[in-house]
Amino acid sequence: MESDKISADSVEVTGYGDLVRKYRISGVPKTVVGDVTEFVGAGPEAMLLQHVQKAAASSSLIA
Amino acid sequence: MALISEEVAQQLKQEFEGLKDPVRLAVFSQTIADPGSEQVKRLVEELAALDDRLTLESFNFVTDSERVQALGIQRTPAIAVLRPDKDYGVRLYGMPNGYEFGSLIDAILMVSRGESGLSEETRTALAAIETPVHVQVFSTPT
Repeated sequence: MESDKISADSVEVTGYGDLVRKYRISGVPKTVVGDVTEFVGAGPEAMLLQHVQKAAASSSLIA
Repeated sequence: MALISEEVAQQLKQEFEGLKDPVRLAVFSQTIADPGSEQVKRLVEELAALDDRLTLESFNFVTDSERVQALGIQRTPAIAVLRPDKDYGVRLYGMPNGYEFGSLIDAILMVSRGESGLSEETRTALAAIETPVHVQVFSTPT
């Protein structure tokens, strides 16, 4: 909501075997940011922000 | 038989008193490849009936391809939580069970209020993000 660049999906993975395999989901909740970085379990706001910044930085390196 | 019990419906009505602006709930389902997705449509229909500010818009993943593309819907069932004037990019995929159901209600309230509830520091940092970032949170019903 705070950034036009960021989109967010909440995915209930029952029935999406392809996603479970692609993202190697064994513990939930699992948060995957930009297909670049991820973490399992709840996390403080600041930590999620760090992941978002890391993902943003790495995609600008590729681009 | 209703998907949402009378008791839960009453609790939700109370929570929805905190709604500010209208929210459109765009639901995408497909009958043939994913019959379970029709249940999500029913659930959102019941939710939308609990408050005048909530509107259900129902689309078919296969035939409404223009909407699917416009909203970037990747699979069914999908719920896009939208303001009439803005799409924040909030999507829920899968049947909103357990933890997800709470996430759906929270998403509706936040989008309606237009407030993320994040700290000033985080909001400033986010405003500086220049490349697209897609966040996915995976959960299971238990």
